[in-house]
Amino acid sequence: MIVEAREVSRSYGSTVALREANLSVAAGEVVAIMGPSGSGKSTLLHCLAGIFTPDSGEVWFDGRRLDTLDDGRRSELRRTAFGFVFQFGQLVPELTAADNVMLPLLLGRTRRKHAERRAAEWLERLELADLGGRRTGELSGGQAQRVAIARALVTRPRVVFADEPTGALDTLTGEHVMDLLVGLAREEGATVIVVTHDARVAACADREVVVRDGRVFDPYATGAMR
Amino acid sequence: MTVPLALLGLLEREPSHGYDLKRDYDTFFGRGRPLPFGQVYSTLGRLARDGKVTGQSEPGDGPDRKRYAITPLGRQEVATWLTEPVAAEPYLQTVLFTKVVLALMLGRDAAGYLDAQRATHMRRMRELTEVKRGGSLTDALLADHAMFHLEADLRWIDVTQARLGALAEMVRAS
Repeated sequence: MIVEAREVSRSYGSTVALREANLSVAAGEVVAIMGPSGSGKSTLLHCLAGIFTPDSGEVWFDGRRLDTLDDGRRSELRRTAFGFVFQFGQLVPELTAADNVMLPLLLGRTRRKHAERRAAEWLERLELADLGGRRTGELSGGQAQRVAIARALVTRPRVVFADEPTGALDTLTGEHVMDLLVGLAREEGATVIVVTHDARVAACADREVVVRDGRVFDPYATGAMR
Repeated sequence: MTVPLALLGLLEREPSHGYDLKRDYDTFFGRGRPLPFGQVYSTLGRLARDGKVTGQSEPGDGPDRKRYAITPLGRQEVATWLTEPVAAEPYLQTVLFTKVVLALMLGRDAAGYLDAQRATHMRRMRELTEVKRGGSLTDALLADHAMFHLEADLRWIDVTQARLGALAEMVRAS
């Protein structure tokens, strides 16, 4: 297993978001985390990605305990081994598409020339070769999400975490974005964990789990789908 | 009941032989369930009897061949059919609803059933997603139609799951 949550619990004040949640994801798998709003699915993703630390339980990445690492080492791991795609891209609107894609490389001290070349390659793979010089604030929602995918994959991450990546897009644009995200991640051998309430998005995954009231229901683990 | 109207529609495009009609039907509407030749000719026979098509025999060395053409009455039927919406299905009478209510009534695991049903629907959604990836535009559009219906069921499953407690109280009280 490359990513694992073991009995993870997490609360916000008196509100319990996760109750002893378990999830195991194999390397190269594409897994969808589904569930209604407020069910705890985004909290689970944030715990798996080392953005939140659980109140109790364990999070493992590639044989290493993630939740007990200090902030600095978790940040480094997020920068080097993980890629992120969020609902609204979270791009820097004043920067160009190419600059946004380069950002994680430059933060990792890649030389600028090399970073520029890698960003251009990835923009081309995301069918954005002509838009590298455009500020991301001027892009359509679908184009901005493709830039976000390029930024997530440019560092060759082991795991891509995506939180409602098509939530702000129409059906056809969302489908195209998911095809690119899953297709390119598979080409790169990356694992994808995607949070979504959209069955079409989840259908792009190898399997889905459902989070309800902070608990994870895995139909494949319980034998419901055997 | 769409076969006669689909054949009429194909004939409105151009007069055709039964063989060509079957080929076109299978291409556009068959989706893995080809129309048997017997059904093509029996349907054309009924349409001819009802005055919606005419069949003109063509001389030749082989078996007697007929070229079918649509009549004004057939054209009118196609025009009407293409403007009439299909009646909405009474979804609440479906097997899903019956199973949930019966499970609650009998004290069985309704939530477990809904989880298993969701997983089954999701598996079909994945199969259709694969069809869309590898297929033609017509394959993709037909898969989309099926997926939107499955999505409606999945939403219903989620809403029912969220209201299962209230539904259980109502079922047990009545």
